[in-house]
Amino acid sequence: MTDRILLRAEHIKKYFPVSTGLFRKKMLKAVDDVSLYLREGETLALVGESGCGKSTLGKTLIHVLTPTEGTLEFDGEPLNKDTLEKHITDMQMIFQDPLSSLNPRMTVYDIIAEPMIVCRTHSGDALEKRVYELMDLVGLRRDMANRYPHEFSGGQCQRIGIARALALDPKLIVCDEPVSALDVSIKAQIINMFDDIQKDTGVSYLFITHDLLTVRYISHRIAVMYLGRIIETADTEELFSNPLHPYTRALLSAISVPDVDAEIHRIPIEGEVPSPMNIPSGCPFRTRCRFAAPECAAAVPELRDMGGGHKAACLRMEEIDR
Amino acid sequence: MSDNILEIRDLYTSFRSETDGSVTNVLNGVSFSVPRGSILGVVGESGSGKSVTMLTVMRLLGKNADVSGNIFFNGQDLLQLSEEEMRKIRGGRISMIFQDPMTALNPVYTVGNQLREMIRLHRPDIKDVNAYAAELLETVGISDGEKRLKQYPHELSGGMRQRVVIAMALSSEPEILIADEPTTALDVTVQAQIIDLIKDLTKKRRMTTILITHDLGVVAGVCDSVVVLYAGRICEKGTAREIFKDPHHQYTKGLIAAVPGAVPGKRLVPIEGTPVNLKAMPKGCAFFPRCTKAMEICRDELPPDRTFSETHSACCWMNELPEGFDPFAKEEEK
Repeated sequence: MTDRILLRAEHIKKYFPVSTGLFRKKMLKAVDDVSLYLREGETLALVGESGCGKSTLGKTLIHVLTPTEGTLEFDGEPLNKDTLEKHITDMQMIFQDPLSSLNPRMTVYDIIAEPMIVCRTHSGDALEKRVYELMDLVGLRRDMANRYPHEFSGGQCQRIGIARALALDPKLIVCDEPVSALDVSIKAQIINMFDDIQKDTGVSYLFITHDLLTVRYISHRIAVMYLGRIIETADTEELFSNPLHPYTRALLSAISVPDVDAEIHRIPIEGEVPSPMNIPSGCPFRTRCRFAAPECAAAVPELRDMGGGHKAACLRMEEIDR
Repeated sequence: MSDNILEIRDLYTSFRSETDGSVTNVLNGVSFSVPRGSILGVVGESGSGKSVTMLTVMRLLGKNADVSGNIFFNGQDLLQLSEEEMRKIRGGRISMIFQDPMTALNPVYTVGNQLREMIRLHRPDIKDVNAYAAELLETVGISDGEKRLKQYPHELSGGMRQRVVIAMALSSEPEILIADEPTTALDVTVQAQIIDLIKDLTKKRRMTTILITHDLGVVAGVCDSVVVLYAGRICEKGTAREIFKDPHHQYTKGLIAAVPGAVPGKRLVPIEGTPVNLKAMPKGCAFFPRCTKAMEICRDELPPDRTFSETHSACCWMNELPEGFDPFAKEEEK
């Protein structure tokens, strides 16, 4: 990991118009005012419950979705519609469901070769050599090249998806729940592989997941999202040992550790996640927060630096008991 | 001994293919018992036979399935019952909840409609069906029951739907609740709530719960005893403490070591290879091709079941070696 910043996002917003009646439209605020950065060779994890906007943010950050507002900077240059083509080979994505993200009518060879053919980076013998290299890298046997995705298990399909993402030597890979669909034993294989590839190639990962045990293992930094906003961000161990935001605390307390002696102190969260169509005023978490006070409704709390890059967005974090 | 509510002995289940007549053996001699009032965790990878075991118990398999063995429920063999008698037990004295609550509920009927149907079918003695339905929702932590009864499944969140499914399963006051991956489709926070709810209900209602899962964290948190399945055979069974603190099968050890985050900062130790193809089962131990400590005998012969305590047993040739003899210690030295 270097100190060079690969991706910087400032005040990113992504709204989707939803029609609520004839001629009436309302904005669904999937991502609201998110600023973050990602260093070279770093893994940043985005965690949060389903519907909090983590996948939308992941796609917006690499300009798969055009941000409604805000600026993106990739590799020191602005990233927008005009410069996207130049950077497109540097940013790749890996999806949750390994089988449905592969074309069932293409062989493994064709799937891995396709990005290189489309972007004209390799051809002829060089292309063939590169495809086999990638297959070696992700642990697929070369004689599997002519098989189709349905002939593989979930873990192997995920390996194909990873080989395809690596084909263009990207600098950043957005991994959207890449191991959630896999069995425990296979999950560990794939996580180790992510680790090895990062050490070899220096690629950065934006790791989107709700599996907090995996996050603790794989990521350098974590950003916790709630209803479209980042409410806390810190280095991984710092966040796990000293969570500041009441939501982060509740989230971490819900982890089931595979240890019979582990003491469980669950912090319950009341109620349900509000709809992103009707985000509460002020702090988005206040409707479910045990510590909510009248002033929480007044304004959206800013992310405040509490030292060492540990930032949290809560008005009352100094007051609430540790 | 008689206080086992469910005793499964030598259960074999195989499926005949309709197209080419080939036979796939999914369960290969599964035996275990479930003590009354406890929570049993059934653990294994996809394709290990966890769900098929429970579907066999519920007799919910298709016509192309061949089953042999015994399933004693309160001393009565479920496999000998007529379909008529089985219908009274299925969904009545033994209830089941499934992984995806959205597919378990009918989208075109209200929650109340579906709950009332269950109550009328299994509890004809109850007069005020609506009040009982609302009361059930209360038990599973849904407030405002009257209003919820009028809602459709799509109006509820995932966790709420799973609570409704649990309420339906409880409506018949079952003796056994079988939960097949009840939290896999849910968020972490909701997952914790549902698991706590199941644990709570098991105690309060004096039920017995069988929890099928691949999440070892959940197992460690709530289960009294654990059965580890691999390729349709039990590799190890014991109390949760025995399994997590003193595993005796290489597969169990591998599973526990493969969970990320157990030891922060340490590289994960995955189980290499892929799960066994049930159509091409090895002659000996099914885990042999992926085992780091495989010996010659593992390939050729099935390991015997060795008992370590009244509750703990495992099938692994490593346990048959003489005390203090480890052929792999030498290899590491070289």
